[in-house]
Amino acid sequence: MKTLTKAALIVLALSTAACTRPDRFGTGADATGAGAGFGADGSITDPTSPAYFNQTIGDRVLFQVDQSTLTPEAMSVLEGQARWLLDNAQYLAVIEGHADEQGTREYNLALGARRANAVREYLVSRGVPVTRLQTVSYGKERPLAICSDETCYSQNRRAVTVISLGGL
Amino acid sequence: MIRKFLAVLAMFVWADVALAQSGPLRLTITDGVIEPLPFALPTFQPEGAGAEQVAADLSQVIASDLIGTGLFRQIPSSAFISPYTGFSQPIAYADWRAINAQALITGAVAVSGGQVEVKFRLYDVFSGGELGDGLRFVGSVDGWRRMAHKVADTVYSRITGEGGYFDSRVVFVAETGPKDARQKRLAIMDYDGAGVQYLTDSGTLVIAPRFSPSGDRVLYTTFESGFPRINMIDVATVGRQQITTAAGEMAFSPRFSRDGNQVIYSLSSGGNTDIWRTDLLTGQHTRLTSAPSIETAPSFSPDGSQIVFESDRSGSPQLYIMSATGGEARRISFGDGRYGTPVWSPRGDLVAFTKQNAGRFHIGVMRTDGSEERLLTASFLDEGPTWSPNGRVLMFFRETQGAAGAPSLYSVDISGRNLRQVPTVTFASDPSWGPLQR
Repeated sequence: MKTLTKAALIVLALSTAACTRPDRFGTGADATGAGAGFGADGSITDPTSPAYFNQTIGDRVLFQVDQSTLTPEAMSVLEGQARWLLDNAQYLAVIEGHADEQGTREYNLALGARRANAVREYLVSRGVPVTRLQTVSYGKERPLAICSDETCYSQNRRAVTVISLGGL
Repeated sequence: MIRKFLAVLAMFVWADVALAQSGPLRLTITDGVIEPLPFALPTFQPEGAGAEQVAADLSQVIASDLIGTGLFRQIPSSAFISPYTGFSQPIAYADWRAINAQALITGAVAVSGGQVEVKFRLYDVFSGGELGDGLRFVGSVDGWRRMAHKVADTVYSRITGEGGYFDSRVVFVAETGPKDARQKRLAIMDYDGAGVQYLTDSGTLVIAPRFSPSGDRVLYTTFESGFPRINMIDVATVGRQQITTAAGEMAFSPRFSRDGNQVIYSLSSGGNTDIWRTDLLTGQHTRLTSAPSIETAPSFSPDGSQIVFESDRSGSPQLYIMSATGGEARRISFGDGRYGTPVWSPRGDLVAFTKQNAGRFHIGVMRTDGSEERLLTASFLDEGPTWSPNGRVLMFFRETQGAAGAPSLYSVDISGRNLRQVPTVTFASDPSWGPLQR
C-alpha cells in the first residue's frame, strides 16, 4: 500500500513535468488532427486511445454563466470519462477549468478552478483515484472560440480533461 | 492685478477654487476643469554646442506631460509677442499677459561629458513674479526624459498643490498574437508609454503584475510550472524567484503590503479560493478569509490596517472590507451589477473598481463606505484600474469586442474627464502604476 502510494506520487510528478506545460491547454480534438484518426494519440476507432477519449467520449463539459454546477449532459460525458479512465489505468488527467471573457481576470481564474474541481469531484465519485487527477484554471486566458457573443462564450465556459500517459 | 488673475482663474474651474491669500497661480482640482489653464513654454535655451536636440526634446516632453493632464493648454510659440531671448533675461510680463499665458515656463539645457544640466523657472504671469524658486537638475544624457518629467512634476505641483505623477513607471502585460493564442510578457514603461523594457519572455503565460510600494520589485502570477504560482521579480536585476505561499493548488492575485514585506494573495484548493497573507521575511502564512465562496483581488488600505477585496459570498461578485488580520468583513458595494478588482486609493478616501452591468464594463470609484459611487468609463470591457501616485488619475485596460478584440491601456482622471489611450507598441493589459521615482 505504502509503495503503491509512492509510485502514484512519482507518476504524478512525472506527468506534471510532461503534460502540463503552459502551451498545452484544452487541446483535445484539435491536437489529434481533428478526425485524422491516426496520430500520436492513436486511432479514433481504438477505444483505448486518447483520440477515442477526446473525440468519441468527449474531453470537455460546458457550464452555464457563472456556474460550476454540472448539467445532466455534462454528467453523462463524465460518466464516460470515468469509465475510460478506470479501464485505461495507465493514463493520468489534468482537468483545465476555463471561463468566458465576461468577467475580471482574477475572478475568472477562481471560477475556472471551481469548474475544474466540480469535474474532479464527479470523476472521483465514480471511482477514479484522486491521485490520477490534477486541476488547473486558465480563467479567461485561453478562449477556444473568439467571437464576443453567447455562441462563443458557451464554448469557452468549459472544463477539459487532458489525459497523458503516466509513464508506467 | 491679483484680483484680476483670480477672477480669470475662477472661470477655469468648476468650484472651490483655492483663493490663497497671497494669490499665487493656483489651480485646484475638484470636479474637473472646464477650460485648461494656458501656459507658455518657449523651447528651453540650449547652452553651448550639442544641447539643441536635448533642449527641444525636453521641452516637448514637459509640454506633453502638462497637456496630458487635461488641466493645461499650451500657447503655440507662433502667438508669442516677445521672442524668448534667454534664461537669464528679465521677463516682459505684459507681452505674456497679452496672449493670456497664465504660467510661463522657461529653461536652459547644457550638455557636457555625457551629463545634461537642466535649469528652469516658473512664472505666475498675472502676479508678475516667480512661483517658487528656480530649480536645476543634473543627470546622464540617457536620463533626459526623467528630467523632463521632474520639471513637469514640479510645475504641476506648484500650480495644483498636488503631488506630481509624471516621473513614474508602469508595469503591465504586453500581449501579442491572435486572441486564441495570446502570448504575454511582463513589461515596464514610463507612465507615458516611453522606454519599454521587457521583464519576461513570451514562453510563459503571466498575468496581473503589481509594483512594490517603492517600485523596486514586481509580484505577478506565472504559469511557469503549468499551474498558477506567484513570482517576484527584482526590477533592477530582472532576477526572479517564486514566492513560497501556503500550500494550495493555485496561488494568484498577489499584492504587496505598504511596507513591501508581506504579500496578500488568493489561494485555491479543492475549487475554493480564499485570501492569505505570507510574510516575506519570516515565511509565515496566515489565512485571512475562510468561506466556501471565491475571495480574491485584495488591496491594502494606505495605512495597512484594512483590506478591500472581491467576494461572491452573496451570490455575485461584490466588494468587501475587512481588517488586515482577517475576520468579519463588511460589504461596501450595493449598486446593480457585479463588482471586482477593488484598489484602495493612495489618499485612502476612495476605492476604484471594475463594474460589470447590463453587458457593459465600467471603471468607477466609490468612498470606502460604498457611498458616492461614480462610474468614470464605459465600454465592452474595461478592467483593472490602478492609481497614479497622487491619486488623481486611474490607468486601466480596455479590450475591444469580437474575434479581433485586443486590449490597450487607457487613463482617466477621477472626475471621469480626460480619457486617453496610453501608447504602447503591442497590445497591453493589467497595468500597475508604480510610485514617483526618486
